[in-house]
Amino acid sequence: MKNVFKRAAKGAHVPHSKNTQNVATVEMPVPAKILLPMQQHIGAAAVPMVNKGDQVCVGTLIGRAEGYVSANIHSGVSGTVTDVREIQISTGALVKAVEITSDGKQTVDPSIAPPQVTDYESFTTAIRASGLIGLGGAGFPTAVKLTMKDLSAIDTLIVNGAECEPYITADNREFIEAPQEIMSGIAAIRKWLGIKHVIIAIERNKPEAMDVMFGLVKGDDAITVKPLNSIYPQGAEKILIESCTGREVPRGGLPSDVGCIVMNVSSVAFVASYLRTGMPLVSRRLTVDGSAVVKPQNVRVIVGTSIAEVLDFCGGTKGDIGEIITGGPMMGVSVQDTNFPILKQNNAVLAFDRAEAVQLPVGECIHCGRCIEACPMGLSPVIIAKAYKAGNLAELDKLMVDLCMECGCCSYVCPAKRPVTETMRLAKIMAKKGAKKK
Amino acid sequence: METKSTLVKASPHIRDNSSTQKTMLDVLIALVPAIIASSIIFGARALLLIGVTAAACVAFEYLYCYLMKKPIPIGDLSAVVTGVLLAFNMPSTMPLWMAIIGAFVSIVIVKQMFGGLGHNFANPAIVGRIVLSLSFGARMTAYAYPKFEGGVDALASATPLVATQHADLPLLQLFLGVHGGVLGETCALALILGGIWLVVRKVISPTIPLTYLATVAVISLLAGQEPLVQLLSGGLMLGAIFMATDYVTSPYTFKGKLVFGLGLGIITCAIRFWATSAEGVSYAILLMNLFVPYINDLTRQKPLGGAKKK
Repeated sequence: MKNVFKRAAKGAHVPHSKNTQNVATVEMPVPAKILLPMQQHIGAAAVPMVNKGDQVCVGTLIGRAEGYVSANIHSGVSGTVTDVREIQISTGALVKAVEITSDGKQTVDPSIAPPQVTDYESFTTAIRASGLIGLGGAGFPTAVKLTMKDLSAIDTLIVNGAECEPYITADNREFIEAPQEIMSGIAAIRKWLGIKHVIIAIERNKPEAMDVMFGLVKGDDAITVKPLNSIYPQGAEKILIESCTGREVPRGGLPSDVGCIVMNVSSVAFVASYLRTGMPLVSRRLTVDGSAVVKPQNVRVIVGTSIAEVLDFCGGTKGDIGEIITGGPMMGVSVQDTNFPILKQNNAVLAFDRAEAVQLPVGECIHCGRCIEACPMGLSPVIIAKAYKAGNLAELDKLMVDLCMECGCCSYVCPAKRPVTETMRLAKIMAKKGAKKK
Repeated sequence: METKSTLVKASPHIRDNSSTQKTMLDVLIALVPAIIASSIIFGARALLLIGVTAAACVAFEYLYCYLMKKPIPIGDLSAVVTGVLLAFNMPSTMPLWMAIIGAFVSIVIVKQMFGGLGHNFANPAIVGRIVLSLSFGARMTAYAYPKFEGGVDALASATPLVATQHADLPLLQLFLGVHGGVLGETCALALILGGIWLVVRKVISPTIPLTYLATVAVISLLAGQEPLVQLLSGGLMLGAIFMATDYVTSPYTFKGKLVFGLGLGIITCAIRFWATSAEGVSYAILLMNLFVPYINDLTRQKPLGGAKKK
């Protein structure tokens, strides 16, 4: 476990701000229009399967997964395809997006039926068809995660309910509102993947969720609920694996290399509901919060609804809005245009007052070493920044900059308010490009 | 709703409420007990000296940056910290113009000419002290004796460190600092209080001071010296708590800090027991400051999953 001689890995003591922890999820009404970008996941963009003027139903396939690492995209409303156009997403890339105008009837696609699952193969095929991606924020296609060469090497499923980002309580609500769904999702994954142990990892700042799960796993020796310290980034995959099992995912490796599969709790619950109903991933729960939101709450939203509509549903915004973020404040993405839709991977929409959003002046590095102490991966940001400045590729490789997951701890703790995480990002790109040239 | 003027930034979107200025302010607060102690022990002249040195440091930093057309950084309070620490290294009888020369060396030569805050190779106050004691050796050791033992005595005399071999000072007197010496180093109690404040406020980790002090204690025992006397006399407490823990000139990691503290202890004892100079602590810190880049290279932390390379 933790060895101070190896690394400090203290993480960041971010404020929890779980204001919506005890607020029940509200269903948002069907929007008049949805916009579905073909890139809502890590990997290749999906290919639009519909044309302008087509009639679609709830659950109709809109975008087909293209290539191995990709995910299907389905419609959450019934109605007419009114546009297929290119839009710019947060990474700056241009991707196709399908606009669907709802007829308000919410007719379900006649092809929707519970999938026939008989073995591991058919299970992963079903998950692939469902369009499920990691709902915790990163958006990695779940079917890819569950497909592996040597299934026997996997002994542990970690259900990630750490939810370490400030404000977000969507997963916490999943525990409280759909615990049976989570349990049956766990049962299905265990059954089809033949996994022995299941660890349900929850941060200690969610006592209610822990109580519910402790009650449900009673009597089942194979499933344990693991309370974790509420320190950011406890829910990061590699950190979580170390916290739960003491295993270290090797550099360049995957959780499966140490016999683990990590799945977000809402993803696990979705597996259960998909196996029961066959309805693909067309809606999700997300937390709407932040100092500029009038009525912070969790809402269930149809994927593709505009951010502006979600904010309006939560009483609108107040004061001078400085910044709107999708995802958490540590790793989320600034929103440029509130007409942009909610994606499958968004677990929160946060709006902040300008006073909270302004960037502070950057000072000189005083070499306090706090970024080094905070880095959960045990990297040395201040030394990496120096190597990046010098363009020293060999040194960047030696410093293992590729292990950086851009969690933001280094920037968060920096007293000089330096853009440490941004420098790490640039250093990663430099190292990657350098490695390709060789 | 208004969307035009919202900010678009790279994550993370929130920062903690720490700042360089707050860190320096915490150090200044930690120095307050020792400032009070010095004024009780050595009288108002101590306060005058601290004030003049600190003001000179700030003034030199302002002037240098103004003349070099650099942004003026005096708001970060680091020059004040350097000034107070430098004054702590002088006896209360120190002529003010010498103190100002010390401030010039610390701020202009050691700090600003190497690039300012964060770029100095050694602790500015330590180098200031060393330059002063090499230049004005007699004045730097013209220790004043505590006021209430018959007025300030400007006699040049042996430091308690040298004196202890002959006339033992009671330990309590050493601990409270009621003996001859430079301003800030005599009252161990005040320095330890300040050190506790720094640790509680998480400004410093206790690793360097504890390793340093422990190393000195162990070597003293082995060398047949009284460990407590060694710990409480000379500039050890001041050096261990306030000078060796300077961010810029100390290692980053826990391992590095252990090595740093160990090295400081060994060099200090070597100079104290087997050399002719009384400047054990300052030279130890200066020497170890120079080793910091190497210590940092050799004591880097091991990334998660970095052990086995694919």
